[in-house]
Amino acid sequence: MSAPAAVDFRNVSLSYDGRDVLRDVSVVLEKGDFVSIVGPNGGGKTTFLKLVLGLLRPTSGTVRVFGGTPEAARPRIGYLPQRSAADRDFPARILDVVLTGRLPGARAFGPYSSLDREMALRALREVALADQSLRPFSALSGGEQQRTLIARALASEPELLLLDEPTSNLDVAMEKGLYDLLGRLHEQTTILLVTHDLGFVSDYTKTVVCMKQTLACHETGKLTGEMIVAMYGHDVRAVIHDHEDHPGGGRS
Amino acid sequence: MNGFASALLEHAFLRHALVAGLLVSVACGAMGTYVVVRRMTYIAGGIAHCVLGGIGAAVYLERAHGWTFVDPIHGALVAALLAALAIGTISVKAKERMDTAIGAVWAIGMATGVLFLARTPGYAQDLMSYLFGNILLVSTRDILVIAVMDALVLGVVVAFRNQLLAISFDEDYARARGVNVGFYHMILLVLVALTVVLLVTVVGVVLVIALLTIPAAIAGRFSGRLSQMMGLAVAASAVLTTGGLALSYNLNTPTGATIVLFAGAAYLVAVLASRLVRRRRLAS
Repeated sequence: MSAPAAVDFRNVSLSYDGRDVLRDVSVVLEKGDFVSIVGPNGGGKTTFLKLVLGLLRPTSGTVRVFGGTPEAARPRIGYLPQRSAADRDFPARILDVVLTGRLPGARAFGPYSSLDREMALRALREVALADQSLRPFSALSGGEQQRTLIARALASEPELLLLDEPTSNLDVAMEKGLYDLLGRLHEQTTILLVTHDLGFVSDYTKTVVCMKQTLACHETGKLTGEMIVAMYGHDVRAVIHDHEDHPGGGRS
Repeated sequence: MNGFASALLEHAFLRHALVAGLLVSVACGAMGTYVVVRRMTYIAGGIAHCVLGGIGAAVYLERAHGWTFVDPIHGALVAALLAALAIGTISVKAKERMDTAIGAVWAIGMATGVLFLARTPGYAQDLMSYLFGNILLVSTRDILVIAVMDALVLGVVVAFRNQLLAISFDEDYARARGVNVGFYHMILLVLVALTVVLLVTVVGVVLVIALLTIPAAIAGRFSGRLSQMMGLAVAASAVLTTGGLALSYNLNTPTGATIVLFAGAAYLVAVLASRLVRRRRLAS
Protein backbone atom coordinates (compact mmCIF):
# COMPACT_ATOMS: atom_id res chain seq x y z
CA MET A 1 0.00 0.00 0.00
CA SER A 2 1.31 3.43 -0.86
CA ALA A 3 1.64 6.22 1.68
CA PRO A 4 -1.63 8.04 2.41
CA ALA A 5 -2.31 11.18 0.42
CA ALA A 6 -1.84 14.55 2.09
CA VAL A 7 -5.47 15.47 1.57
CA ASP A 8 -8.26 13.11 0.53
CA PHE A 9 -11.82 14.38 0.02
CA ARG A 10 -14.51 11.78 -0.80
CA ASN A 11 -17.91 13.10 -1.95
CA VAL A 12 -17.71 16.03 0.43
CA SER A 13 -20.71 18.35 0.56
CA LEU A 14 -21.31 21.19 2.92
CA SER A 15 -24.39 23.32 3.06
CA TYR A 16 -25.01 26.23 5.33
CA ASP A 17 -28.51 27.60 5.94
CA GLY A 18 -29.81 25.51 3.04
CA ARG A 19 -27.23 26.92 0.63
CA ASP A 20 -24.63 24.59 -0.90
CA VAL A 21 -21.13 25.87 -0.20
CA LEU A 22 -19.48 22.73 -1.54
CA ARG A 23 -21.24 20.07 -3.59
CA ASP A 24 -19.94 16.51 -3.94
CA VAL A 25 -16.23 17.36 -3.97
CA SER A 26 -13.81 14.47 -4.39
CA VAL A 27 -10.11 15.18 -4.73
CA VAL A 28 -6.82 13.55 -3.76
CA LEU A 29 -3.82 15.82 -3.23
CA GLU A 30 -0.56 13.91 -2.97
CA LYS A 31 2.32 14.77 -0.68
CA GLY A 32 4.74 17.22 -2.25
CA ASP A 33 2.09 18.81 -4.43
CA PHE A 34 1.87 22.58 -4.81
CA VAL A 35 -1.80 23.34 -5.29
CA SER A 36 -3.41 26.64 -6.15
CA ILE A 37 -7.08 27.04 -5.40
CA VAL A 38 -8.80 29.66 -7.52
CA GLY A 39 -12.42 30.58 -7.95
CA PRO A 40 -14.96 33.35 -7.49
CA ASN A 41 -15.92 34.87 -4.14
CA GLY A 42 -18.21 32.52 -2.26
CA GLY A 43 -16.93 29.60 -4.31
CA GLY A 44 -15.89 27.67 -1.22
CA LYS A 45 -12.10 28.17 -1.23
CA THR A 46 -11.74 29.16 2.42
CA THR A 47 -14.33 26.53 3.36
CA PHE A 48 -12.14 23.93 1.68
CA LEU A 49 -9.15 24.89 3.87
CA LYS A 50 -11.30 24.90 7.01
CA LEU A 51 -12.49 21.38 6.18
CA VAL A 52 -8.85 20.27 5.88
CA LEU A 53 -8.24 21.69 9.38
CA GLY A 54 -11.42 20.16 10.79
CA LEU A 55 -12.66 23.64 11.78
CA LEU A 56 -15.77 22.84 9.72
CA ARG A 57 -17.40 19.44 9.33
CA PRO A 58 -18.83 18.21 6.06
CA THR A 59 -22.60 17.75 5.82
CA SER A 60 -21.85 14.50 4.03
CA GLY A 61 -18.75 12.71 2.77
CA THR A 62 -15.36 12.19 4.43
CA VAL A 63 -12.20 14.23 4.78
CA ARG A 64 -8.91 12.47 5.51
CA VAL A 65 -5.63 14.28 6.08
CA PHE A 66 -2.43 12.22 6.05
CA GLY A 67 -4.70 9.18 6.26
CA GLY A 68 -6.32 10.26 9.56
CA THR A 69 -8.88 12.72 10.82
CA PRO A 70 -8.31 16.45 10.25
CA GLU A 71 -8.20 17.01 14.03
CA ALA A 72 -5.35 14.52 14.44
CA ALA A 73 -3.42 16.18 11.62
CA ARG A 74 -3.68 19.74 13.00
CA PRO A 75 -0.23 19.88 14.64
CA ARG A 76 1.33 18.90 11.28
CA ILE A 77 -0.37 21.79 9.46
CA GLY A 78 0.74 25.40 9.19
CA TYR A 79 -2.11 27.81 8.50
CA LEU A 80 -2.41 31.41 7.42
CA PRO A 81 -6.06 32.51 7.71
CA GLN A 82 -7.46 35.01 5.25
CA ARG A 83 -8.83 37.26 7.93
CA SER A 84 -6.98 36.55 11.09
CA ALA A 85 -8.93 36.76 14.32
CA ALA A 86 -5.69 37.92 15.94
CA ASP A 87 -6.07 40.93 18.21
CA ARG A 88 -4.02 43.63 16.45
CA ASP A 89 -3.53 45.63 19.65
CA PHE A 90 -2.46 42.65 21.76
CA PRO A 91 0.61 43.29 23.95
CA ALA A 92 3.05 40.77 22.47
CA ARG A 93 6.36 40.95 20.62
CA ILE A 94 6.80 39.57 17.11
CA LEU A 95 8.73 36.62 18.53
CA ASP A 96 5.96 35.83 21.06
CA VAL A 97 3.42 35.68 18.24
CA VAL A 98 5.56 33.44 16.04
CA LEU A 99 6.28 31.12 18.98
CA THR A 100 2.55 30.42 19.36
CA GLY A 101 2.93 28.63 16.02
CA ARG A 102 5.07 26.03 17.86
CA LEU A 103 2.18 24.96 20.07
CA PRO A 104 0.83 22.55 21.14
CA GLY A 105 4.44 21.27 21.23
CA ALA A 106 6.01 18.44 23.12
CA ARG A 107 5.63 19.95 26.59
CA ALA A 108 2.25 20.26 28.27
CA PHE A 109 3.43 23.31 30.25
CA GLY A 110 6.46 25.43 31.04
CA PRO A 111 8.66 27.58 28.80
CA TYR A 112 9.43 27.13 25.10
CA SER A 113 12.48 25.00 24.32
CA SER A 114 15.60 26.38 22.67
CA LEU A 115 14.58 24.43 19.54
CA ASP A 116 11.24 26.30 19.57
CA ARG A 117 13.08 29.62 19.66
CA GLU A 118 15.51 28.58 16.97
CA MET A 119 12.69 27.54 14.63
CA ALA A 120 10.72 30.72 15.33
CA LEU A 121 13.78 32.84 14.48
CA ARG A 122 14.38 30.81 11.33
CA ALA A 123 10.79 31.42 10.24
CA LEU A 124 11.29 35.13 10.92
CA ARG A 125 14.41 35.16 8.77
CA GLU A 126 12.32 33.74 5.91
CA VAL A 127 10.04 36.78 6.03
CA ALA A 128 12.90 39.24 6.71
CA LEU A 129 11.80 40.13 10.24
CA ALA A 130 14.46 38.33 12.30
CA ASP A 131 16.26 41.55 13.26
CA GLN A 132 13.00 43.03 14.56
CA SER A 133 11.79 40.04 16.56
CA LEU A 134 11.49 42.05 19.80
CA ARG A 135 9.29 44.84 18.41
CA PRO A 136 5.69 44.94 19.65
CA PHE A 137 3.25 43.32 17.22
CA SER A 138 0.79 46.19 17.68
CA ALA A 139 3.36 48.72 16.38
CA LEU A 140 3.73 46.96 13.01
CA SER A 141 2.25 47.97 9.66
CA GLY A 142 -0.38 45.76 8.05
CA GLY A 143 2.21 44.16 5.77
CA GLU A 144 4.60 43.46 8.65
CA GLN A 145 1.78 41.91 10.66
CA GLN A 146 0.95 39.71 7.67
CA ARG A 147 4.61 38.61 7.42
CA THR A 148 4.61 37.84 11.14
CA LEU A 149 1.56 35.62 10.69
CA ILE A 150 3.22 33.89 7.73
CA ALA A 151 6.23 33.20 9.97
CA ARG A 152 3.86 31.83 12.62
CA ALA A 153 2.53 29.35 10.02
CA LEU A 154 6.09 28.34 9.08
CA ALA A 155 7.41 28.03 12.63
CA SER A 156 6.04 24.55 13.22
CA GLU A 157 7.95 23.15 10.22
CA PRO A 158 4.61 22.02 8.82
CA GLU A 159 4.25 19.06 6.49
CA LEU A 160 1.23 20.75 5.00
CA LEU A 161 0.97 24.52 4.57
CA LEU A 162 -2.43 26.17 4.04
CA LEU A 163 -2.23 29.77 2.87
CA ASP A 164 -5.41 31.76 2.38
CA GLU A 165 -4.61 34.78 0.19
CA PRO A 166 -1.16 35.31 1.70
CA THR A 167 -0.27 38.28 -0.51
CA SER A 168 -2.98 40.60 0.77
CA ASN A 169 -1.25 43.56 2.43
CA LEU A 170 2.14 42.70 0.90
CA ASP A 171 3.99 45.04 -1.43
CA VAL A 172 5.29 43.78 -4.76
CA ALA A 173 8.81 43.02 -3.50
CA MET A 174 7.55 41.04 -0.50
CA GLU A 175 5.08 39.23 -2.74
CA LYS A 176 7.88 38.09 -5.00
CA GLY A 177 9.89 37.08 -1.92
CA LEU A 178 6.99 34.99 -0.63
CA TYR A 179 6.57 33.15 -3.94
CA ASP A 180 10.30 32.40 -4.06
CA LEU A 181 10.08 31.10 -0.50
CA LEU A 182 7.14 28.84 -1.37
CA GLY A 183 9.06 27.59 -4.38
CA ARG A 184 11.90 26.53 -2.07
CA LEU A 185 9.64 25.14 0.66
CA HIS A 186 7.58 22.90 -1.52
CA GLU A 187 10.43 20.42 -1.81
CA GLN A 188 9.62 19.27 1.74
CA THR A 189 6.17 20.70 2.25
CA THR A 190 2.82 20.15 0.59
CA ILE A 191 1.33 23.57 -0.12
CA LEU A 192 -2.31 24.58 -0.62
CA LEU A 193 -2.63 28.17 -1.70
CA VAL A 194 -5.84 30.12 -2.11
CA THR A 195 -5.16 32.97 -4.48
CA HIS A 196 -6.70 35.47 -6.85
CA ASP A 197 -3.41 35.86 -8.61
CA LEU A 198 -4.05 33.90 -11.79
CA GLY A 199 -0.67 34.88 -13.21
CA PHE A 200 1.14 33.32 -10.28
CA VAL A 201 -0.87 30.14 -10.59
CA SER A 202 0.61 29.15 -13.91
CA ASP A 203 4.17 30.23 -13.02
CA TYR A 204 4.75 28.23 -9.88
CA THR A 205 2.17 25.63 -9.01
CA LYS A 206 1.77 22.07 -10.17
CA THR A 207 -1.96 21.65 -9.75
CA VAL A 208 -4.77 24.15 -10.05
CA VAL A 209 -8.06 23.51 -8.34
CA CYS A 210 -10.93 25.59 -9.60
CA MET A 211 -13.62 25.91 -7.04
CA LYS A 212 -17.16 27.06 -7.56
CA GLN A 213 -19.22 24.87 -5.25
CA THR A 214 -18.04 21.92 -7.35
CA LEU A 215 -14.42 21.35 -8.20
CA ALA A 216 -12.29 20.85 -11.25
CA CYS A 217 -8.65 19.82 -11.12
CA HIS A 218 -6.10 20.75 -13.75
CA GLU A 219 -2.44 20.47 -14.28
CA THR A 220 -0.83 23.86 -14.70
CA GLY A 221 -0.41 24.79 -18.32
CA LYS A 222 -3.74 23.29 -19.21
CA LEU A 223 -5.47 26.25 -17.63
CA THR A 224 -7.07 27.91 -20.59
CA GLY A 225 -9.18 30.95 -21.14
CA GLU A 226 -12.27 28.82 -21.67
CA MET A 227 -11.83 27.16 -18.29
CA ILE A 228 -11.59 30.48 -16.55
CA VAL A 229 -14.68 31.72 -18.33
CA ALA A 230 -16.52 28.53 -17.43
CA MET A 231 -15.60 28.97 -13.81
CA TYR A 232 -16.11 32.67 -13.31
CA GLY A 233 -19.01 32.94 -15.79
CA HIS A 234 -20.06 36.45 -16.61
CA ASP A 235 -18.04 37.75 -13.69
CA VAL A 236 -14.81 37.18 -15.52
CA ARG A 237 -14.59 40.76 -16.73
CA ALA A 238 -14.83 42.17 -13.22
CA VAL A 239 -12.10 39.82 -12.08
CA ILE A 240 -9.78 40.90 -14.85
CA HIS A 241 -10.50 44.53 -14.04
CA ASP A 242 -9.48 43.90 -10.47
CA HIS A 243 -6.12 42.61 -11.50
CA GLU A 244 -5.32 45.26 -14.04
CA ASP A 245 -6.28 47.89 -11.52
CA HIS A 246 -8.56 49.87 -13.79
CA PRO A 247 -10.01 52.94 -12.13
CA GLY A 248 -13.56 52.15 -11.12
CA GLY A 249 -13.28 48.55 -12.30
CA GLY A 250 -14.58 45.52 -10.48
CA ARG A 251 -15.05 46.80 -6.98
CA SER A 252 -18.09 48.72 -5.98
CA MET B 1 -0.36 61.29 54.30
CA ASN B 2 1.68 61.52 57.51
CA GLY B 3 -1.51 61.00 59.45
CA PHE B 4 -2.05 57.77 57.55
CA ALA B 5 1.49 56.55 58.27
CA SER B 6 1.21 57.05 62.00
CA ALA B 7 -2.29 55.58 61.98
CA LEU B 8 -0.83 52.48 60.35
CA LEU B 9 1.53 52.02 63.29
CA GLU B 10 -1.34 52.55 65.69
CA HIS B 11 -4.14 50.42 64.23
CA ALA B 12 -3.82 46.71 63.40
CA PHE B 13 -6.97 46.83 61.24
CA LEU B 14 -5.36 49.42 58.95
CA ARG B 15 -2.22 47.31 58.61
CA HIS B 16 -4.38 44.31 57.75
CA ALA B 17 -6.24 46.33 55.15
CA LEU B 18 -2.96 47.53 53.64
CA VAL B 19 -1.48 44.02 53.45
CA ALA B 20 -4.75 42.63 52.07
CA GLY B 21 -4.80 45.34 49.39
CA LEU B 22 -1.22 44.57 48.37
CA LEU B 23 -1.78 40.81 48.26
CA VAL B 24 -5.07 41.13 46.41
CA SER B 25 -3.20 43.24 43.83
CA VAL B 26 -1.08 40.25 42.80
CA ALA B 27 -4.05 38.05 41.82
CA CYS B 28 -5.93 41.03 40.38
CA GLY B 29 -3.01 42.21 38.25
CA ALA B 30 -2.39 38.73 36.84
CA MET B 31 -6.00 37.73 36.19
CA GLY B 32 -7.07 41.27 35.30
CA THR B 33 -4.55 41.24 32.44
CA TYR B 34 -6.33 38.23 30.91
CA VAL B 35 -9.74 39.74 31.66
CA VAL B 36 -8.76 42.89 29.76
CA VAL B 37 -6.94 41.36 26.77
CA ARG B 38 -9.57 38.62 26.32
CA ARG B 39 -12.38 41.17 26.85
CA MET B 40 -13.89 39.10 29.65
CA THR B 41 -15.01 41.96 31.88
CA TYR B 42 -18.65 41.05 31.45
CA ILE B 43 -17.89 37.42 32.32
CA ALA B 44 -16.06 38.50 35.49
CA GLY B 45 -18.99 40.75 36.38
CA GLY B 46 -21.44 37.88 35.88
CA ILE B 47 -19.44 35.56 38.10
CA ALA B 48 -19.00 38.25 40.74
CA HIS B 49 -22.74 38.91 41.01
CA CYS B 50 -23.55 35.20 40.98
CA VAL B 51 -21.38 34.90 44.07
CA LEU B 52 -24.04 36.93 45.92
CA GLY B 53 -26.50 34.08 45.36
CA GLY B 54 -24.08 31.60 46.89
CA ILE B 55 -23.37 33.85 49.86
CA GLY B 56 -27.10 34.34 50.45
CA ALA B 57 -27.75 30.60 50.33
CA ALA B 58 -24.88 29.88 52.72
CA VAL B 59 -26.00 32.50 55.23
CA TYR B 60 -29.57 31.18 55.02
CA LEU B 61 -28.53 27.55 55.61
CA GLU B 62 -26.33 28.58 58.49
CA ARG B 63 -28.98 30.64 60.28
CA ALA B 64 -32.29 29.00 59.34
CA HIS B 65 -31.20 25.38 59.40
CA GLY B 66 -28.34 25.51 61.85
CA TRP B 67 -25.72 24.28 59.39
CA THR B 68 -22.98 25.91 61.40
CA PHE B 69 -20.21 24.39 59.28
CA VAL B 70 -21.33 26.51 56.34
CA ASP B 71 -19.45 29.75 55.87
CA PRO B 72 -20.40 32.45 53.35
CA ILE B 73 -17.14 31.80 51.51
CA HIS B 74 -18.24 28.21 50.83
CA GLY B 75 -21.42 29.42 49.19
CA ALA B 76 -19.43 32.00 47.23
CA LEU B 77 -17.01 29.35 46.02
CA VAL B 78 -19.73 26.95 44.86
CA ALA B 79 -21.66 29.72 43.11
CA ALA B 80 -18.56 31.11 41.38
CA LEU B 81 -17.42 27.72 40.11
CA LEU B 82 -20.94 26.86 38.91
CA ALA B 83 -21.13 30.20 37.11
CA ALA B 84 -17.69 29.66 35.54
CA LEU B 85 -18.64 26.17 34.35
CA ALA B 86 -21.97 27.40 32.96
CA ILE B 87 -20.38 30.35 31.16
CA GLY B 88 -17.50 28.19 29.92
CA THR B 89 -19.88 25.58 28.50
CA ILE B 90 -22.01 28.22 26.81
CA SER B 91 -18.97 29.90 25.31
CA VAL B 92 -17.88 26.60 23.75
CA LYS B 93 -21.32 25.38 22.62
CA ALA B 94 -23.16 28.56 21.70
CA LYS B 95 -20.81 31.48 21.52
CA GLU B 96 -23.29 33.79 19.81
CA ARG B 97 -25.64 33.64 22.80
CA MET B 98 -22.87 34.36 25.25
CA ASP B 99 -23.73 37.88 26.42
CA THR B 100 -27.42 37.05 26.82
CA ALA B 101 -26.56 34.00 28.90
CA ILE B 102 -24.16 35.98 31.10
CA GLY B 103 -26.78 38.66 31.63
CA ALA B 104 -29.24 36.00 32.79
CA VAL B 105 -26.69 34.32 35.08
CA TRP B 106 -25.80 37.73 36.53
CA ALA B 107 -29.39 38.69 37.37
CA ILE B 108 -30.48 35.26 38.59
CA GLY B 109 -27.49 34.96 40.92
CA MET B 110 -28.12 38.35 42.46
CA ALA B 111 -31.88 37.79 42.86
CA THR B 112 -31.21 34.45 44.55
CA GLY B 113 -28.99 36.21 47.04
CA VAL B 114 -31.63 38.82 47.83
CA LEU B 115 -34.32 36.13 48.35
CA PHE B 116 -32.21 34.01 50.68
CA LEU B 117 -31.11 36.99 52.75
CA ALA B 118 -34.74 38.13 53.05
CA ARG B 119 -35.75 34.69 54.36
CA THR B 120 -32.88 34.49 56.82
CA PRO B 121 -34.16 34.82 60.39
CA GLY B 122 -32.72 37.27 62.88
CA TYR B 123 -30.17 39.84 61.94
CA ALA B 124 -29.79 39.66 58.18
CA GLN B 125 -26.83 41.34 56.64
CA ASP B 126 -27.54 44.01 54.14
CA LEU B 127 -26.69 43.09 50.55
CA MET B 128 -24.85 46.41 50.33
CA SER B 129 -22.13 45.10 52.62
CA TYR B 130 -21.39 42.38 50.06
CA LEU B 131 -21.61 44.77 47.15
CA PHE B 132 -18.96 47.06 48.60
CA GLY B 133 -17.40 44.77 51.18
CA ASN B 134 -15.24 46.11 53.92
CA ILE B 135 -11.52 45.88 53.57
CA LEU B 136 -11.16 47.30 57.10
CA LEU B 137 -12.60 44.09 58.59
CA VAL B 138 -10.00 41.76 57.06
CA SER B 139 -8.70 39.13 59.50
CA THR B 140 -5.30 37.45 59.67
CA ARG B 141 -6.94 34.28 58.37
CA ASP B 142 -8.31 36.18 55.34
CA ILE B 143 -4.81 37.42 54.59
CA LEU B 144 -3.45 33.88 54.68
CA VAL B 145 -6.17 32.68 52.30
CA ILE B 146 -5.37 35.52 49.88
CA ALA B 147 -1.66 34.66 49.97
CA VAL B 148 -2.42 31.01 49.14
CA MET B 149 -4.67 32.14 46.31
CA ASP B 150 -1.91 34.40 44.94
CA ALA B 151 0.48 31.46 44.88
CA LEU B 152 -2.08 29.30 43.06
CA VAL B 153 -2.85 31.95 40.44
CA LEU B 154 0.82 32.73 39.79
CA GLY B 155 1.71 29.03 39.62
CA VAL B 156 -0.92 28.24 37.00
CA VAL B 157 -0.20 31.40 35.00
CA VAL B 158 3.54 30.68 34.90
CA ALA B 159 3.02 27.01 33.98
CA PHE B 160 0.56 27.66 31.15
CA ARG B 161 1.65 31.14 30.08
CA ASN B 162 2.39 30.13 26.47
CA GLN B 163 -0.95 28.40 25.97
CA LEU B 164 -2.84 31.20 27.69
CA LEU B 165 -1.09 33.78 25.52
CA ALA B 166 -1.88 31.77 22.39
CA ILE B 167 -5.61 31.47 23.09
CA SER B 168 -5.78 35.11 24.16
CA PHE B 169 -3.99 36.43 21.09
CA ASP B 170 -5.77 34.32 18.48
CA GLU B 171 -8.19 31.69 19.70
CA ASP B 172 -9.09 30.46 16.19
CA TYR B 173 -5.48 29.89 15.26
CA ALA B 174 -4.72 28.08 18.51
CA ARG B 175 -7.65 25.76 17.76
CA ALA B 176 -6.37 25.19 14.22
CA ARG B 177 -2.99 24.21 15.70
CA GLY B 178 -4.62 21.55 17.86
CA VAL B 179 -4.33 23.45 21.17
CA ASN B 180 -7.14 22.45 23.53
CA VAL B 181 -8.73 25.90 23.58
CA GLY B 182 -11.77 24.85 25.63
CA PHE B 183 -9.59 23.44 28.40
CA TYR B 184 -7.39 26.53 28.75
CA HIS B 185 -10.40 28.82 28.50
CA MET B 186 -11.94 26.89 31.39
CA ILE B 187 -8.71 27.20 33.40
CA LEU B 188 -8.88 30.97 32.92
CA LEU B 189 -12.54 31.10 33.95
CA VAL B 190 -11.95 29.02 37.07
CA LEU B 191 -8.99 31.20 38.07
CA VAL B 192 -11.07 34.33 37.51
CA ALA B 193 -13.86 32.76 39.57
CA LEU B 194 -11.50 31.91 42.46
CA THR B 195 -10.01 35.41 42.37
CA VAL B 196 -13.48 36.91 42.39
CA VAL B 197 -14.59 34.80 45.38
CA LEU B 198 -11.64 35.84 47.45
CA LEU B 199 -12.07 39.44 46.59
CA VAL B 200 -15.82 39.54 47.12
CA THR B 201 -15.53 38.36 50.70
CA VAL B 202 -12.77 40.89 51.34
CA VAL B 203 -13.59 43.96 49.31
CA GLY B 204 -17.01 43.44 47.74
CA VAL B 205 -18.37 42.91 44.25
CA VAL B 206 -17.91 46.43 42.90
CA LEU B 207 -14.27 46.68 43.94
CA VAL B 208 -13.60 43.26 42.39
CA ILE B 209 -14.71 44.49 38.99
CA ALA B 210 -12.75 47.71 39.43
CA LEU B 211 -9.54 45.92 40.45
CA LEU B 212 -9.85 43.28 37.71
CA THR B 213 -10.19 45.89 34.99
CA ILE B 214 -8.75 49.30 35.85
CA PRO B 215 -5.13 48.44 36.80
CA ALA B 216 -4.77 46.09 33.81
CA ALA B 217 -6.35 48.64 31.49
CA ILE B 218 -3.86 51.27 32.72
CA ALA B 219 -0.96 48.81 32.32
CA GLY B 220 -2.10 47.82 28.83
CA ARG B 221 -1.60 51.37 27.60
CA PHE B 222 2.11 51.23 28.38
CA SER B 223 3.00 47.59 27.68
CA GLY B 224 4.42 45.77 24.67
CA ARG B 225 4.40 42.32 26.27
CA LEU B 226 1.88 40.35 28.25
CA SER B 227 4.27 39.67 31.15
CA GLN B 228 5.16 43.37 31.32
CA MET B 229 1.47 44.23 31.37
CA MET B 230 0.95 41.87 34.30
CA GLY B 231 3.82 43.35 36.27
CA LEU B 232 2.60 46.89 35.66
CA ALA B 233 -0.98 45.89 36.50
CA VAL B 234 0.12 44.43 39.85
CA ALA B 235 2.09 47.60 40.61
CA ALA B 236 -0.79 49.86 39.55
CA SER B 237 -3.24 47.88 41.66
CA ALA B 238 -0.94 48.08 44.69
CA VAL B 239 -0.58 51.85 44.31
CA LEU B 240 -4.32 52.35 43.77
CA THR B 241 -5.45 50.25 46.76
CA THR B 242 -2.87 51.80 49.07
CA GLY B 243 -3.58 55.31 47.84
CA GLY B 244 -7.34 54.76 48.06
CA LEU B 245 -6.99 53.40 51.58
CA ALA B 246 -4.95 56.43 52.70
CA LEU B 247 -7.42 58.80 51.05
CA SER B 248 -10.41 57.16 52.68
CA TYR B 249 -8.70 57.32 56.08
CA ASN B 250 -7.84 61.00 55.71
CA LEU B 251 -11.22 61.99 54.24
CA ASN B 252 -13.18 59.61 56.46
CA THR B 253 -15.02 58.12 53.46
CA PRO B 254 -16.09 54.49 52.76
CA THR B 255 -12.94 52.60 51.78
CA GLY B 256 -14.17 50.42 48.89
CA ALA B 257 -15.93 53.26 47.11
CA THR B 258 -12.95 55.57 47.64
CA ILE B 259 -10.55 53.03 46.11
CA VAL B 260 -12.87 52.59 43.11
CA LEU B 261 -13.14 56.34 42.51
CA PHE B 262 -9.41 56.87 42.99
CA ALA B 263 -8.72 54.06 40.47
CA GLY B 264 -11.21 55.53 38.03
CA ALA B 265 -9.53 58.93 38.23
CA ALA B 266 -6.13 57.31 37.72
CA TYR B 267 -7.44 55.53 34.63
CA LEU B 268 -8.60 58.82 33.12
CA VAL B 269 -5.19 60.34 33.75
CA ALA B 270 -3.51 57.28 32.18
CA VAL B 271 -5.66 57.51 29.06
CA LEU B 272 -4.76 61.18 28.62
CA ALA B 273 -1.07 60.57 29.38
CA SER B 274 -0.74 57.70 26.91
CA ARG B 275 -2.39 59.82 24.22
CA LEU B 276 0.15 62.56 24.88
CA VAL B 277 3.02 60.07 24.73
CA ARG B 278 1.76 58.69 21.42
CA ARG B 279 1.25 62.16 19.94
CA ARG B 280 4.76 63.20 20.95
CA ARG B 281 6.15 60.00 19.39
CA LEU B 282 4.31 60.74 16.16
CA ALA B 283 5.51 64.35 16.16
CA SER B 284 9.17 63.47 16.64
